[in-house]
Amino acid sequence: MPMLHTVNKSPFERRTLDTALRHAVKGAAILLIEDGVYAAFDGTVVAEKVKAALADHKIYVLGPDVAARGMSEHHVIEGIGVVDYGGFVDLVTEYDKVQSWL
Amino acid sequence: MKLSVLVNEGPYQHQSADSAIQFTKAALERGHEIFRVFFYHDGVNNGTRFAVPPQDDRNITQEWTALAKEHGLDLVVCIAAAQRRGILDENEAKRQGKDGNNIADGFRISGLGQLIEAGIQSDRMVIFGD
Repeated sequence: MPMLHTVNKSPFERRTLDTALRHAVKGAAILLIEDGVYAAFDGTVVAEKVKAALADHKIYVLGPDVAARGMSEHHVIEGIGVVDYGGFVDLVTEYDKVQSWL
Repeated sequence: MKLSVLVNEGPYQHQSADSAIQFTKAALERGHEIFRVFFYHDGVNNGTRFAVPPQDDRNITQEWTALAKEHGLDLVVCIAAAQRRGILDENEAKRQGKDGNNIADGFRISGLGQLIEAGIQSDRMVIFGD
């Protein structure tokens, strides 16, 4: 399995999501954690870009970090998987390497 | 699987110190081995026992200490980053002529070689920080 890329900063604050998407090869997965979860919500100015990325990448978002920001799963773009910390661990072990974009 | 965790952010800064401990707990619950947790840059501030957060708040350092005790975790604080930020164990306090030490139970101070070794020995390295 290719690489898992984690993104922990909001796309409205940093460019790390763009960087991760630029470097991620087809089949690589993106996991949005901490403020990175803002990229997972529908109706934002980055939502179309994220939806387009779903064609080449599986995208996941950390559920507890969504809830911590007062949002819920039905705000999340369709096609993005919601995982808990156990799911985070599973992704880390399923993919060959982890690149943490900070 | 053998995992290591690198923590580059201090406690109560943004969220990474919390994410790191939650991830570590989940990995242990899944039955994975945590080879080492390495604290680097401001992450070394997770290792002082002198922090006194409000009683109704989480105490991240004590959580690490408890986790280390329960699972025999190797919590390593980078020596150069620690010296810059005033994190000292007994030996370092003596060597630097300081009047006390503040390293928390379960943590130890060592060098960057420990991070490199963790990278080599572990199947995965997960980084938390800014």
